[in-house]
Amino acid sequence: MTASQTDPILSLHDVTLALDGNAGRVEILHGISLELERGQTVGMIGPSGSGKSSLLMVMGGLERASSGSVMALGNDLSAMDEDALARFRRQHMGVVFQSFHLIPTMTALENVATPLELAGHADAFARAEAELEAVGLGRRTGHYPGQMSGGEQQRVALARAAAPRPDILLADEPTGNLDGATGQAIMDLLFGLRDRHGCTLVLVTHAPELAARCDRTIRLADGRLAQGQRTGSASAEAAE
Amino acid sequence: MSRYALVWRIARRELRGGLAGFRVFLACLALGVGAIAAVGSVRVSIEAGLTEQGAVLMGGDAKATFTYRFATEAERAWLESASERVSEIVDFRSMAVVQKPEGPPERGLTQVKAVDDAWPLYGAPELEPALDLATALDGQDGLPGAVMDPVLMGRLDLQPGDSFALGEQSFILMAALEREPDNAGGGFGLGPRTLVRTEDLAASGLIAPGTLFDTEYRLALPLGSDLDALETSAEAQFAESGLRWQDARAGAPGITEFVNRLGAFLVLVGIAGLAVGGVGVSAAVRAYLEGKVAVIATLKTLGAEGRTIFAAYMMQIGVLAAVGIVLGLALGATVPFLAAPFLQDRLPVPAIVSVYPGPLAEAALYGVLTAFLFTLWPLARTEQVRAAALFRDISGGSRVLPRPIYLLVTALGLAALVGAAAWFSGTWYLALVSAAGILGALVLLVLAAAGIRVLSRNLARTRAVRGRPAVRLALGAVGGPSGEAASVVLSLGLGLSVLAAVGQIDWNLRSAIARDLPDVAPSYFMVDIQPDQLSGFLERLEGDPQVSRVDTAPMLRGVITRINGQPAAEVAGEHWVLQGDRGVTYAAQPDSRTTITSGTWWSEDYDGPPQISFAAEEGAEMGLSLGDEMTVNILGRDITGTVTSFRDVDFSTAGIGFILSMNPSALQAAPHTHIATIYAEEAAEAAILRDLAQAYPNITAIRVRDAIDRVAELLAGIAAAITYGALATLVTGVVVLIGAAAAGEKARVFEAAVLKTVGAVRGQVLAYFALRSALLGLAAGAVAMVAGGLGGWAVVTFIMNASFRFEPYSALGIVLGGVAMTTLAGLAFAWRPLAARPARVLRARE
Repeated sequence: MTASQTDPILSLHDVTLALDGNAGRVEILHGISLELERGQTVGMIGPSGSGKSSLLMVMGGLERASSGSVMALGNDLSAMDEDALARFRRQHMGVVFQSFHLIPTMTALENVATPLELAGHADAFARAEAELEAVGLGRRTGHYPGQMSGGEQQRVALARAAAPRPDILLADEPTGNLDGATGQAIMDLLFGLRDRHGCTLVLVTHAPELAARCDRTIRLADGRLAQGQRTGSASAEAAE
Repeated sequence: MSRYALVWRIARRELRGGLAGFRVFLACLALGVGAIAAVGSVRVSIEAGLTEQGAVLMGGDAKATFTYRFATEAERAWLESASERVSEIVDFRSMAVVQKPEGPPERGLTQVKAVDDAWPLYGAPELEPALDLATALDGQDGLPGAVMDPVLMGRLDLQPGDSFALGEQSFILMAALEREPDNAGGGFGLGPRTLVRTEDLAASGLIAPGTLFDTEYRLALPLGSDLDALETSAEAQFAESGLRWQDARAGAPGITEFVNRLGAFLVLVGIAGLAVGGVGVSAAVRAYLEGKVAVIATLKTLGAEGRTIFAAYMMQIGVLAAVGIVLGLALGATVPFLAAPFLQDRLPVPAIVSVYPGPLAEAALYGVLTAFLFTLWPLARTEQVRAAALFRDISGGSRVLPRPIYLLVTALGLAALVGAAAWFSGTWYLALVSAAGILGALVLLVLAAAGIRVLSRNLARTRAVRGRPAVRLALGAVGGPSGEAASVVLSLGLGLSVLAAVGQIDWNLRSAIARDLPDVAPSYFMVDIQPDQLSGFLERLEGDPQVSRVDTAPMLRGVITRINGQPAAEVAGEHWVLQGDRGVTYAAQPDSRTTITSGTWWSEDYDGPPQISFAAEEGAEMGLSLGDEMTVNILGRDITGTVTSFRDVDFSTAGIGFILSMNPSALQAAPHTHIATIYAEEAAEAAILRDLAQAYPNITAIRVRDAIDRVAELLAGIAAAITYGALATLVTGVVVLIGAAAAGEKARVFEAAVLKTVGAVRGQVLAYFALRSALLGLAAGAVAMVAGGLGGWAVVTFIMNASFRFEPYSALGIVLGGVAMTTLAGLAFAWRPLAARPARVLRARE
C-alpha cells in the first residue's frame, strides 16, 4: 500500500503494550491512538516511566504492540515480521538513542555507512563521509567510538540516522547523557538536519523547552495520552 | 586478626558467587591436567605389565645371546651350572615354500624360531586348534610338525594338515600360533613367525656355518638368585666372546624404551595443550576481575591494601585451580581403565591398570605451575593500580606491565615448568626444544593475530568490499578494537599448528619411504648366499635384461667390543652402532660408488695386520679418528684392526651399506655368506624369486617393497599416537574458543540489535556473524599452516636429513578445520542475538 502526501505519515490506533518481566506482566501503554503528519516535528514529554520511549519504539517497529495497529506511510507495521520491519526501517526510518549505541568495533565512517550499505547504496561511503562532514566530524572518520567523547559519538549517531534520508526520524532523549552545552549543540544539529531533509521528527525529551521547539507536543502519563490531547495534529498544541 | 585470616575471609565470601564464569577456567585446567595424567598413567600401567611379565616376555630369568653360532661346550656348561633349566632357541629369517597342485609354488618370508623341548620356560603358547605343543611339533605322517602365525598362513593359503618347506626340509603345519609368550623383544620383524624344533632343521641346510642366525640360551634361575652377580660373572668370562647378557629386569627393553620415549613426547604435547588452556584460564580470570571492579574499588575505598586484595583473589583463584586440577586428575586416572581394552591388542602383555600416584603428581605439578603462570599477571594488575585507574584500565585502557617482582616470579615459574618437564621426560634436549617451540609458536601466534587485525582493518576499507555489508562488517569486527582475534588465533592456532606439523612430517617421511625409496631401492635383499652358490646366483641374474644392477658383498656379523683397548661403550657411549651386532664386510678395493672422505684404502693385495674403513658420519659421532684401534668380535673371535680410512655410507637408498669394512685377509678365512641386492623391473620380480628360490632353497629373499610397507605401517602408528596428543590440545583450544564465544555473546546481542535498528535483516546479521567467525578460523588455520609447515620443514630437514616438500591437502584440511570449528562455535552463540528484540536490548543499556 502507498500513502498519499496528505495521509498521516504515522497513525496509531488503540495501541497497547504489555511486557513480561521478572515481577510479572507489566502494562506499559494503554489504548494509544494518534496521527502524525508528514514533515511535522513532535515532542513527546511525560514523567519517567510514563511510556514515552516505549511508544517511540513501537512507532519504529523496534517493539511490537500487544494490540492495536501501527500504520507508517500506509504500511501496517503490526503485520510485518522482524525482517520486513528491518527493511522498512532501512528505507524510511532513522533512530537516535540516549546512549548513542554505536558499534564499538566500527569506525565512525563505518558506523554511518552501515545503513546505507544495507539499503544497497553504491555510494554508501561517500555519502557517509559527507554526512559526518555535515555534523562537524570530517576529521574523525577513522576513529572508533571508544576514542570519541559522548558529544562526538552522538553526532556520529545523528549522522547514521540521517544518512539514508529517512521519512521519519525518531530520537529518544538524545541529550540525556550529555552536558548542557553539548546537548544544545546536538539539538541544533538535530533540528538542522530535520529542516534540511524535511523529515518527520519525533523527539522524546524531559526538557519542556526542547518540546517547545517542536510543531506539536504529546504528553504521556501512565501509558496514556494526557487528558486534553487530541489524536490528530493541532497547531494549538504546538503553542503550548 | 591476622592478614591471612582476613584475606581468607574475603576470598571465601567472594567464592559464594559459585563457579559461574569459571566453567571455561575449570574445563581448560581439567582437560590439560587430565591429558597429561592420562598419558602418564597409561605409560606406567604398560611399564608395570612389562616389568611383572619380564621373565615371560624374555623367555627366562636371564638369557645369553650369540650371533651366528651356538654356545661352545664351556659356555653351555657355565650356563647350566648357573641355572636350574636352560632352553636353547635359534632365530633366523627364511622362506616358507608351499608347493601348489597347479602353478608355481607360493613363498613367504618368515622369522623362524627353532626350539628345544624345554621351551617355553615360562608361559605357554596358544595354538588353534588347541593342541599340546609337543604333539604339534611331533608332526604326523613322517613329517616334523610346525606351527605358524595365522597372518602367514593366510598369505600362503595354508591350513592345518598342509605341508610346506623351510630350506630343504618339509614340515606339516599342525596349528596356528595365536600367541607366543616370549615374542616381545620389541624388535622389528619383517616376517611372521614359524615355530619348529631345532633338531628337525638338521636336514634343512639353513643353519650352516656363516648363515645368519642368532641363538638364545634362556635360563630359569633358582629363587633369590643375585642377578647382578650373575651378570658380572657372565660378562667377566664371556663378554669378549660376543656373548650378550640380559636379565628379566628389562625383559622387553625395546618396548620399554619405545613406551618411555613416546610417553615423554606425548607429555610434552600435553604441556602444549596446557599452554593453550592457559590462554583460556588467563582470559577467564581477566573477565572475572573485570566484573569485580566495583567490589575491588569498594574494598579499596574501605581501606583494603593492594596486596590484601591481590592475596584474596589469588587465594580464590587458587581454590578454583585446585578444583580444576583435582577434576583433571580424576579424568586422567580414569582414562587407563577405559583405554585398557583398546591397548591390550597392541601389547604383548596385559597392562596393569591402577591409580599410580607418580604420573598424577607430575600432572598436578604442571597444572599448578600453568595456573600460576597464566593468572599471575591479571591478578597483579588488581594490586598495582588505584581503584579509579583500575576502572579505566580494565575498561579497555592502556595495558601496563606488572611490577618487576611479578616479571621475575613469572620467569621463575616458567623455568620451573620447563625444568619439571625436562626432569620428568628425562630428556633435557627434547624438553628445551619443545618449550622453545611452544613459546616461539605463542609469540608467532600473537604477532600473527596483530597482523591479521591490521590486514582485516585495511581490507574492510577497500573498495572491493563496499556494498557487501556482511563481509565489510566481519572484516571490520576482526580488525576492530577487541581481543577476539588474539584469543581465537592463540587458542586454536597452537593445536592446529601441532597437527599441521605432524601432518607435514608424517607425509614427507612416508612419501620418502613409500614413493621415493622404491625408485632408488633394490627389489630384493638376498641373504645367506653360500660362497659356492655365488657364481650360479649371479649367472641367473646377469643374463636377465630386466635386471639393471646386482650388488653383492661378503657378510659377517660382529660386535664392536673395544676402541683403543677401552670397552667401546666407555669411549662412544650408547651410540646405536654399539647396540648389538653389526654387519661387517671385506673388500680388496672400494667399489665405484664409495667415496673415501679421509685416510687411504689398503692396497689390493694387502695382507698385513687388519685395517678398517669406517662410516664417516657414524665415526665422527663416536669420536673416532684415523689410527684408532678397534676390536670386533666375530663368531667368538676377537679381531683388532686399525682405522685407516673413513668413507661415506648412504643408508637412505636401502642399498648395501656397511658401517665397517676390513681388508680381505683379515676376514675371508672366517665362515661367512654373501648378501646381494637386486635392482629389477617390478614385473620381473616374481620370476627372479621363483628361479633363485628353486635353485637355492637356503637363500632368504626379502622383498624391499614389503619391508617398506611394514616400516610405513609402523610410522603410521606413531603418527596416530602423536595426532591423538595434538587432538587433546585442540579440544582444549575448542573449549577456550567456546568460552570466548560465550563471553562475546552479550556484545553480539547488542550488535544485532543496532544492526536491526539500522535496517539489517536477520539473514544479514547471521551472515555477518558466520563470516566473522569463519574469518577468525581462517586466520587461525592459515597461521597454523605456516607455523606447522615451518615446524615440519625444520624437523624433516634438520632432524631427519630428508628433503621437504609442502603437502597441501592436510594443510588445507587444517585451514578448513579451523574455519569449521570457529564457525560452529560462533553460530552456536548466534541464536540469542538473532532472537532478541532490539528495543529491549538497547533500552536495557540506556
